[in-house]
Amino acid sequence: MDSCLTLRRAQVNRKLRICSIGAQGELGRRIRDMGLIPGAEVTVVGKAPLKDPVALRLRDFTLTLRNSEADHIVVEEAE
Amino acid sequence: MSEPRLTIGLAGNPNCGKTTLFNALTGSHQHVGNWPGVTVEKKMGHARHGELELDVVDLPGTYSLTAYSEEEKAARRFLIEDRPAAVVDVLNADALERNLYLAVQIMELGVPVVLALNMMDEVRKRGKDIDTGLLTRLTGCPAVETVARQGKGRREILEAAVNLASERAGAWIPLRISYGPDLDPVLDEMEAIVEANGIMAGKVPPRWVGLKYLEGDPGIMRRGREASDQAGEKLEKLTAKVAAHLKKTLGTTPDAIIADYRYGYIAGIARQVVRYPAVDQERLRLSDHMDRVLTHQLAGPLVMALVIYLLYILTFAVGKVPMEAVQAAFAWLGKTLEAAMPEGQLRSLLVSGVIAGVGGVLGFVPLIMIMFFLLSALEDTGYVARMAYMLDRVFRIFGLHGTSVLPFIVSGGIAGGCAVPGVMATRALRSPKEKLATLLTAPFMTCGAKVPVFLMLAAAFFPGKEAAVMSAVTLAAWVAALCVAKLLRSTVVKGESTPFVMELPPYRMPTLRGLCIHTWERSWEYMRKAGTIILAISVLIWAAMTFPQLPQERAAAFDQRAEAAQAQVEEAKAQGLESAALEDAVKAAEAAKSEEALRNSFAGRAGVALEGLTAPAGFNWRVNIALLGGFAAKEVIVSTLGTAYSLGEVDTKDAAPLSEMLARDESFPRAAGIALIAFVILYAPCSVTIVAMAKEAGWRWALFSMGFNTALAYVAAVVIFQAARLLA
Repeated sequence: MDSCLTLRRAQVNRKLRICSIGAQGELGRRIRDMGLIPGAEVTVVGKAPLKDPVALRLRDFTLTLRNSEADHIVVEEAE
Repeated sequence: MSEPRLTIGLAGNPNCGKTTLFNALTGSHQHVGNWPGVTVEKKMGHARHGELELDVVDLPGTYSLTAYSEEEKAARRFLIEDRPAAVVDVLNADALERNLYLAVQIMELGVPVVLALNMMDEVRKRGKDIDTGLLTRLTGCPAVETVARQGKGRREILEAAVNLASERAGAWIPLRISYGPDLDPVLDEMEAIVEANGIMAGKVPPRWVGLKYLEGDPGIMRRGREASDQAGEKLEKLTAKVAAHLKKTLGTTPDAIIADYRYGYIAGIARQVVRYPAVDQERLRLSDHMDRVLTHQLAGPLVMALVIYLLYILTFAVGKVPMEAVQAAFAWLGKTLEAAMPEGQLRSLLVSGVIAGVGGVLGFVPLIMIMFFLLSALEDTGYVARMAYMLDRVFRIFGLHGTSVLPFIVSGGIAGGCAVPGVMATRALRSPKEKLATLLTAPFMTCGAKVPVFLMLAAAFFPGKEAAVMSAVTLAAWVAALCVAKLLRSTVVKGESTPFVMELPPYRMPTLRGLCIHTWERSWEYMRKAGTIILAISVLIWAAMTFPQLPQERAAAFDQRAEAAQAQVEEAKAQGLESAALEDAVKAAEAAKSEEALRNSFAGRAGVALEGLTAPAGFNWRVNIALLGGFAAKEVIVSTLGTAYSLGEVDTKDAAPLSEMLARDESFPRAAGIALIAFVILYAPCSVTIVAMAKEAGWRWALFSMGFNTALAYVAAVVIFQAARLLA
């Protein structure tokens, strides 16, 4: 599991796979509603001019997340 | 006409083209209202299918059917309470899996669902393919391909909905998904309890109630307790037990498991139905290329500044022509009526109260139309989401949202805007707390009506430095708005910021038809709602500044003075002498009468009575009346102050005489001028804005802003006046 890191620290344009999501309540629900669930593949495609929020590409669409929200998402590199 | 009308609901994610499909289905036969209990817009329209009349209801765009947001609550209540004959779930077929997440939740409720696979053109362009027939077979819901912006699939959608409705004949057939070995046994147990106790019986399937308990839905839990205290308690205990078990064994929560299984079920379907292109999967789309520039660290903010500037220039430069035409038309109407009617109170009421009031409201309409046309265009292209993305870091510091920038700019973030369209633009904010804080602080901005007030005061107290004063005022307005937003967000609108999990939809070309419908809706709503209330307020303010009238003998004294002066003018003219100075005397006499009449009116008496209160801020009774008048519309401040200073009619655009008068008035020092500037930035929004605020957030918040802003303005003015006097 040492290959896991939080999404905030993930590098841009690397293919990642979600390991787990720690958020609960409304935030957790909103994250899951968008299809961010364990096993989903994501790529950080960009950061806003002030490095926060980040733009995240799923297979079919792009969404944005604040860094504080990305902290709850643990990812690993997908080869 | 014996044929019963069918109600069809239109559901779907935000940005899935639902509104475009709604427009295509109903054309211009639509009307806008509010969902009961929430300030979410409800759109209804009519469509015909053969002989059948259909009521089409546009549900708010949501990603899910839990009850966290007002939109979700409204959508769910409609499905459960109104029981539509069928629901058309509009899916962005390009992101099928995520869009099916909502569809599955509607199916679990059991409502007859038709799947509209929208944006099929984009799917094909990307080289993907969707097997619609297989999707129908796997979900049991008829799936129809549509391209809403071209009106493709309109007929087929209605046909599928009508057929499904008649086939089911009101029966709900809920979808049952397996939620795994941990939850399935609990759900079975819950289903039995719900059924035995008749919790929400006949409205929703019992298993769905169980699911909502596991998701921790407070609304449904309350319904459970209402039906049977005992059963409710039992269900809650079951939920707590399974939650504790999951936390211990898997370190997760029931709602996370539910989402996982739901997406698992959907992935199973999508894997069979969607075919991705073999080679081209990594190909960057045009939209991603555009984002490389438009959200670039340096280029992004520059382009955004340019876009905001252009939006603003276009609105106010283009809007100026029709706006001035409308105002001129009303001025002409007023003049004509004035000439046609005998002098008296009825004429005064019609000219100063009704025509001036209605004209004031309608004058804004061209601005609102252009502003909303451009804003809708920005929104429909997907650029607003990028603006929010780039600015969120800054606005979050003040408890606001990236999207807050638009209402601020429109309200006068660049001096000369208007708070009315600004307040209406807060509708683009999907986070309720951030929206409220934005709406309450946007009116601080330097709107076009405040500009002449500041220019006049600047000319009086800082002659030659008008430009610097205007810049300082604009800056001060921003500081005030952001700081007060922060203050509100840590007191009355307290709470965690709404998560920023937001879609960045691909850039799209907006449709002209959609823009026009949207623009017309907003403008008409403004004219209808504001027109009636504003008219009443403007008549009220007219009355307050007219009654009671001067007693006969005092009025007569002024008239005599004026007549005597007039006689002198005639005499001078008869002798062929210079009469300008004498004509001024006539005007002075008439102006003195106006001042006296104003002072004697209710508003004047209020102004005098308030002098004790406003003296610490340096305001005399004349300023007080002007500020009271400014509640109707801020530009009234200059003209009222002119009357109160015995200047007769003061032209708002050229207030130089008033500036000179103020500069000479020794009882009105520069400190009071600065305090007055601060007061005008901060105090109660004008009546038109108040009405717009009430429409967006309810009367409670509109009245709050009146009271709170005025109190804040007063405190600021007193502090500034006292401090400036000490320093001087």
